[in-house]
Formats: sequence, structure tokens, C-alpha cells
Amino acid sequence: MKYLSTVLAIINKDLLHELKSREIVVSMLLFSVLTVVVFSFIFEPGSEFKNEVAGGILWMSFVFAGILGLNKSMMSEITGGNFSALLLAPVDRSAIFFGKAASNFLFITLVEIFTIPLFMVLYNVNIFANGFMPAVIFVLGTYGFSILGTLFSIISVNTRTREVMLPLLLLPVIVPVILASVQALNVYILGHDPADADKWLKLLGSFDIIFTVVVFAVFDFIVED
Amino acid sequence: MLKKIFSVKSLDILMVSFITIALYIALVSAPSEKVMGAVQRIFYFHVASAWIAFFAFFITFVFSILFLIKQDYRFDDIAESSAEIGILFCTIVLITGPIWARPIWGVWWTWDPRLTTTTILWFIYAGYIMLRKFIEEADKRAKFAAAIGIIGFIDVPIVFFSIRWWRTIHPNVVQKGGGGLHPDMLNAMLFAIFAFSLLYLAMMIKRVTIASLNRKIDSLGENHE
Repeated sequence: MKYLSTVLAIINKDLLHELKSREIVVSMLLFSVLTVVVFSFIFEPGSEFKNEVAGGILWMSFVFAGILGLNKSMMSEITGGNFSALLLAPVDRSAIFFGKAASNFLFITLVEIFTIPLFMVLYNVNIFANGFMPAVIFVLGTYGFSILGTLFSIISVNTRTREVMLPLLLLPVIVPVILASVQALNVYILGHDPADADKWLKLLGSFDIIFTVVVFAVFDFIVED
Repeated sequence: MLKKIFSVKSLDILMVSFITIALYIALVSAPSEKVMGAVQRIFYFHVASAWIAFFAFFITFVFSILFLIKQDYRFDDIAESSAEIGILFCTIVLITGPIWARPIWGVWWTWDPRLTTTTILWFIYAGYIMLRKFIEEADKRAKFAAAIGIIGFIDVPIVFFSIRWWRTIHPNVVQKGGGGLHPDMLNAMLFAIFAFSLLYLAMMIKRVTIASLNRKIDSLGENHE
């Protein structure tokens, strides 16, 4: 119970901070919408081909915006030594981590909630035409992205290059998340048999579980001084 | 000390002679492949390099875990050295592969699961090595690198399976021919793998020595400040 209240306290802190500054979500949202707009230049407007790449474009915009947001969110922890202070608190350290990961997850989800309808209007694609399963894909994919992204952002802000390190570390490792999310989303956008998406959803679920466990196991070791 | 230098030297001599014999077997004594011809001979060193690359990253994985548990910096030296040597052999795999693929498949590159996974693997460990270069504090460097060493290795099979599923949806145009190696070819391959394992061992001894000397120099510098 104490564990959960620590997690909630961290989320609460991040939400308050974000409500005051509005830095993370607004910059992420602008960036993701901008990515969607810029990507539209790669093909003829209104061509049928767009349905096949729509899922990929949407995910790429979330991945790029997410990296931006993760960096921003962790930088604000580092400046002023906030993160070190959090680690000194007499609570389970992994609870601090999962609190951070949860607030990052919430921020990215918020960006998705705004970007997806805009995307559907701009690209004239209805992602939810074949049911609301795509929402599950977004949740599972965003969770996998947040859990590793949060860990790697803690690592990358401690390097000399800071922001540059995060995409270099994160992108190759989250290849399964990107691949599975895009493929599963394509099944629904193109109206294929929903059973085709099952294995991708299972892959996303396994990825999420495996790395939740792994991060839970290693986090204590890597932040102790 | 003298005895140690002598045994390292004898390993070097042994390694050089085995590599020379492996070269002779691969280029001269192994039978020519009927269809592919001479270009197939690159296969022996290609497979041997691939084996060493995967083995080296496995060693990095094991010693990253050991380091986090025991906090002994000698384990970190081994993890670091193995990752560096691993990426060297991974690069050899990625160079020798296309040289063979161009005349046989007709393309330098194809998004086959094995090729793609090896590329992702290369990027993960390139990130690992870059990360080490960009962190000043020795304890943070070792701990963060260990996290990447562990997560990166666990990720590899997931990457492989996700890409394999992806390619089954879009069937491969070029498929690798069935197994069935000629016994002489199999022997040549096994010998090359053995010779390369010696090479790995010899390189590891030197690289780990350099790493521990570097660590000593760093700690001397700290004491003087």
C-alpha cells in the first residue's frame, strides 16, 4: 500500500508541475502534430497508399514526440538536484521509478488523445472503423515505450551529451514495440482479420511484462550511491 | 610476471597460427561450392565472426549482472571489453554478409530477420560504447552501462521474433538455401569458429588489461586532486 502511495505521490507531483508549467505536454503535442503534417508531404494527398503508411506515421510521431518529452521531463528533475533528493527519501526506489514512468505514460497518452483525432481528420483515415482495439494497442505500446524510455532518460541526462544519448539508446531497443504497434494498427486500419493482430498484441504484452520485471530488478542497483 | 607474459605470448602465437590455418582451409583446402563458387568461402569467417559477436555480447550480459550484484569493477572491465570486441566482429559480419549477398541474392541487403536483428544488435552496442564514453563518473558509467548491457541482450530475441513475424506477413523474395553442409565445409567452419574463439580470448586478455590499467590511472588522478 505504501508502495502505491509513493507511486501516486510522484504522479501527483509531476501533474502539478505540468499544470503549472505546461512545458512537456504542449511541446510534445506541437511536435507530434507537426511530424504528422510534415510526413504528409511524402505522398500524394488522397492516394490510397496512405492507409498503409498511416499507422507507421502516427507511431513515428509519438516516438519522436515521446523522446522529446522524456528528455524534458527528466531534465526538470535533474536541474536543482530534485531527482537526487527523491532518491534520498526513505521509500522503495523502484516506486519512484514507476511513478516517473507512470507520469510519462500519462503525458504521452494525453498527447495521443489530441493527436489521433487530428490525424484522422488530416489523413482522412478512421483508425477506429473496425472497433476500439486500436486503443488497447496505443496503451500497450505507450506503456512499453514509457517504461524503457524513462529508464534510459535517467541514464542519458547523466551523460555529457544529455539529450542526444536518449534516442541512440532507446530506438534500437524499442524496435519490437514500434514494429508490433504499427503492424497491429495496420490490421485494423486496413480492415484485415482481427485475429492477425493477436500475435502482435501478445508480443506487446510480453514486452511490457518482461521489461517491467527487468527494470524493477535493475533499477535499485543502478541508482544507489 | 615473466611467466604471465610468456603464457600470454604463447596464446598469441597459437592464435596467429590457428587463424593462418583457418585462412588456408577456408580459401584453399575447403571444397568449392558448386553453384556459388569462390564467393561462398567468405562464409567460414562470416559465421565465425557472427558466433564471436553473439558470444561476446552474452559475456557482456553475464558480467553486467555480476557487476551489479558484486560491485566489483573487474567485472565491469570484462563487460566493457567484450562489448567492444563484440561490435568489432558484428561489424565484420555486416560487411562480409553483403559481399556474399550481392552476387548470390542480387542485392547487397535484404530485410531478412537475421540481417535486421544483427543490425539492431550493432546499434544497441554502439549505444552502449558511446554511453561509456560520455559519462565521467566511474561508478555511474559502470552501472548505467550494465543496465544497457542487460536490457540490450534480453531485447535481442524479442527483436528477432518480431522481425521474423513481420517478414512472414510479407514473404521474403530471397530465401537462404537449405542447410546440408558438405562435411569438409562443416569442418572448415568449425575450425574457423575455434580459431576465432582463440582470437577473441587473446583480444579479451589484452583489452581487459588495458581497461584495468585505465581504471588504475583514473583512481591515481583522483587521489592527487
